[in-house]
Amino acid sequence: MENWRNNKIAFFILSMPPTAWLMIFFTLPLAIMWVYSFADRGPQGQIELAINFDNYIRAVEWIHLGIIWKSIWTAAIATAITFAIGFPLAMGIAFAPPQWKNPLLLMVILPFWTNLLIRTYAWIAVLRTRGFLNFGLEWVHDKINAFFALFGLTDVLGQFEALELLYSHNAVVIGLVYVYLPFLVLPIYATLEKLDKSYLEASLDLGAGHWRTLFSITFPLALPGIISGCLLAFILSMGTFLTPDLLGGTDSEMIGNLIARQFTSSRDWPFGSALSFLLLYFTFIVLWVRATMSDRNSGPVK
Amino acid sequence: MPDTDKTIISVQDVTKRFGTTVTAVDNVNLEIKEGEFFALLGPSGCGKTTLLRMIAGFETLTEGAILIDGDDVSSVEPTHRPVNMVFQSYAVFPHMTVEENVGYGLRVVGTPKAEIDNRVKEAIDLVRLSGLEQRKPNKLSGGQQQRVALARALVKKPKVLLLDEPLSALDAKLREAMQLELVRLQENVGITFIIVTHDQKEALSMANRIAVMGDGKILQIASPKTLYEYPSSSFVADFIGQVNLFDVTEQGVAHGELTLTVDELGAMVLPGVDTNRTYHKLALRPEKIGVAREKPSEIGLVAIPAKLVEDSYIGDQSHLYFETPGGKSLSASVQNRDRDDHHLNKRGEQMWLYWHPAHFQPLSD
Amino acid sequence: MSRRRLNVNPLDYSRKLWMRCAMGFTFFFLYFPIVALIIFSFNDSKRNITWRGFTLKYYEKAFNNNQLHEAFANSLLIAGISTLTATVLGAMLGLALYRFRFPMQGPYEGIVHLPIVIPEICLAVAMVAFFATVEVPLGLVTITVSHIAFSIPFVAVVVRARMAGFNRALEEASADLGASQWQTFWNITFPYMKPGIVAGALLAFTLSLDDFVITFFTSGPGSTTFPIKIYSMVRFSVTPEVNAASTVLIVITLALTTLALWVQSKSQRNESNA
Repeated sequence: MENWRNNKIAFFILSMPPTAWLMIFFTLPLAIMWVYSFADRGPQGQIELAINFDNYIRAVEWIHLGIIWKSIWTAAIATAITFAIGFPLAMGIAFAPPQWKNPLLLMVILPFWTNLLIRTYAWIAVLRTRGFLNFGLEWVHDKINAFFALFGLTDVLGQFEALELLYSHNAVVIGLVYVYLPFLVLPIYATLEKLDKSYLEASLDLGAGHWRTLFSITFPLALPGIISGCLLAFILSMGTFLTPDLLGGTDSEMIGNLIARQFTSSRDWPFGSALSFLLLYFTFIVLWVRATMSDRNSGPVK
Repeated sequence: MPDTDKTIISVQDVTKRFGTTVTAVDNVNLEIKEGEFFALLGPSGCGKTTLLRMIAGFETLTEGAILIDGDDVSSVEPTHRPVNMVFQSYAVFPHMTVEENVGYGLRVVGTPKAEIDNRVKEAIDLVRLSGLEQRKPNKLSGGQQQRVALARALVKKPKVLLLDEPLSALDAKLREAMQLELVRLQENVGITFIIVTHDQKEALSMANRIAVMGDGKILQIASPKTLYEYPSSSFVADFIGQVNLFDVTEQGVAHGELTLTVDELGAMVLPGVDTNRTYHKLALRPEKIGVAREKPSEIGLVAIPAKLVEDSYIGDQSHLYFETPGGKSLSASVQNRDRDDHHLNKRGEQMWLYWHPAHFQPLSD
Repeated sequence: MSRRRLNVNPLDYSRKLWMRCAMGFTFFFLYFPIVALIIFSFNDSKRNITWRGFTLKYYEKAFNNNQLHEAFANSLLIAGISTLTATVLGAMLGLALYRFRFPMQGPYEGIVHLPIVIPEICLAVAMVAFFATVEVPLGLVTITVSHIAFSIPFVAVVVRARMAGFNRALEEASADLGASQWQTFWNITFPYMKPGIVAGALLAFTLSLDDFVITFFTSGPGSTTFPIKIYSMVRFSVTPEVNAASTVLIVITLALTTLALWVQSKSQRNESNA
């Protein structure tokens, strides 16, 4: 790294054009939205500039607070489930033979390269009433009935009733887990991969079993990666728009959808701007926590 | 020295293959007695660490069996083996204090709290870490972490303590101090120690018995003295210390004693050596060679004129490199007993080298 | 001891049955929806989820759908222009960040990397507010401008990561041998950057082609892109035609990403051989 003063011309030639673009087409839009968040909505949905906190106050009104709370709750549940299936996967890859690690990692990342919209759409075909999941369940159901019929017991489980999975809160959670799994697996994998395996061997050697080693040694030492991965999955889930939009029902709206609605059907841009900034602030806080955590915990990993 | 003749570890026909091509440990047999300080010595990649890890249970055996105190442990997880290990990287848990580290192995098996406290204190005293109980490992020096690793293993009262290159990460001065300390510790606790090392000096100074390994096989098991003075092969002779090797050109028996002929030296009688084997080489340690200006007059000595081609002064000793008229290189090491003694020899000077033929070690390979 | 002989080392978790079951389940979860989507794009049945035989007629239908054609052309146009601009600007940014130490560097880096981390919906509505304020009608231009904005930091990160392995002594050697700063850049620095730039460009292209949320909000009448077209079809129902169109997009994206990975690994191999 050299000091910019030593080569001012090169520094300005390189940094000015991208900075200008980002200032005009990224920072300025955010700034405008920030100004709008203090404005009033006119009767036809136009914006009347003002300086008041009405929009922010409205955001914490009961009806909106419910949606915000539901967003946090949904994101938290999705993160917990993602962790429950993502941690064993990360561990399996980290402890796989060296020649298998990269192919397995690639297999985790591959779905993540396909279009978000398509990945979410794919779940509609799985979850809908006449979808793959109900189809499979019906098959199992019929087989069980047929099995008991061999003993003369007819209709033990009764008529198959398809589960109404799509357009529900559960569908949103499944969709979030599916979409953000790689984001959680990769940081955890990276930490486990760097972890000196002697720590785990020492624990086994000292008489601890595999579960004890997992909880007393592996978890604490992989904590930076676990926190990093979970917080990432959490903020991504928090800010989601498409998943509840496609998979959720009327009561599955999350904060992203609430924001979108203010800019489309409700035409209340100032309120949407305020909500948008609340989500941004929340994101920044989580990212900040993540950064400080990883700084503090950078010790044990060799 | 070993107190009893009881075998504590028995390695029987053990082979370890990685994949189909790499044989890390090749049909090894080994008996280690209770109370021994045993060393596995060899160059890197010779299979010594793999063998140690198989005893600890971290590597499965491809063939053979390992018995600890009479029990076949080949199918026992490391968790349940009555041996404990000191790792090369120490593997002192970074998120636990010294005290928590040492107590870990007792806590996980549900030892009562009062007993844990007593034994942890005892172990910390034993390795002289008192006062540092509440420290985290990142506030400890390498030598102190080493002691934590030792205390953590010893507190379990294992039947055997396994040490994987325990001193390789310490600097030279500390390493020597720790060598002495490990020997003292082993004598105190009376537990069998098995140490893996590639440092021949470390093995010689610490162990009662040493197994030299090369290429997955055990080449010789003997006491340090036997290993150095009576190596069984040129590999062992060369790996442990410096050695001059002479090619044997003719072998015969005269008056019931072995005679071997070597170029430039002629036929030599080696009393007390097995005459039924064939020998190809004679080994001679550099410090067994005397250096003089005049041909020594004593009868029965081997003497050969040689030109000094190189000398290296290393403080207590000088290593002198000679060339015989026949073109053979020989090295001799002499103690620098007088301050200015080493100036005696100038490069290119013709000298006499002499030694007693009994110092020759005949080798069959 | 009557225990069975161990044939798996204690830490070979990936070779334990329960771990294999868990990994198998997760990979099934990851792949089943996409694989089913692709397979059923070839299914000769309009509604049913049972297999009725192989057909390409939904691909034919998709290829003959003029609206899809137009949407695809729009997507390519946007992705092309966005990639070109974002790659140049992103590479400059990446190089500047790699090269220089300057005041307020921390906050500056935080701000220029923001588009990567902030929720897409926030960026989308901010762009809507911005274009309304400056009175630019929504359409292809506004989509492209937004795509460039969020692609720049991604390209910058890739280029900077590439430059992290660069040996600055090469530039010093070049200067020492009498080359001007400009000559040094084109003869020494730029050739080293190139794989990073190519990878960054492919990433920018994929991001633009795939983007839905920001495109959806910044698009106007007549600026429908491929993902937006798929979205409007999806809203109606699950049809094999949507599956066919989706499969085409999946294949394009995977091909581009594979190409990007190949470029990166090839340049790494070349350097390690040298």
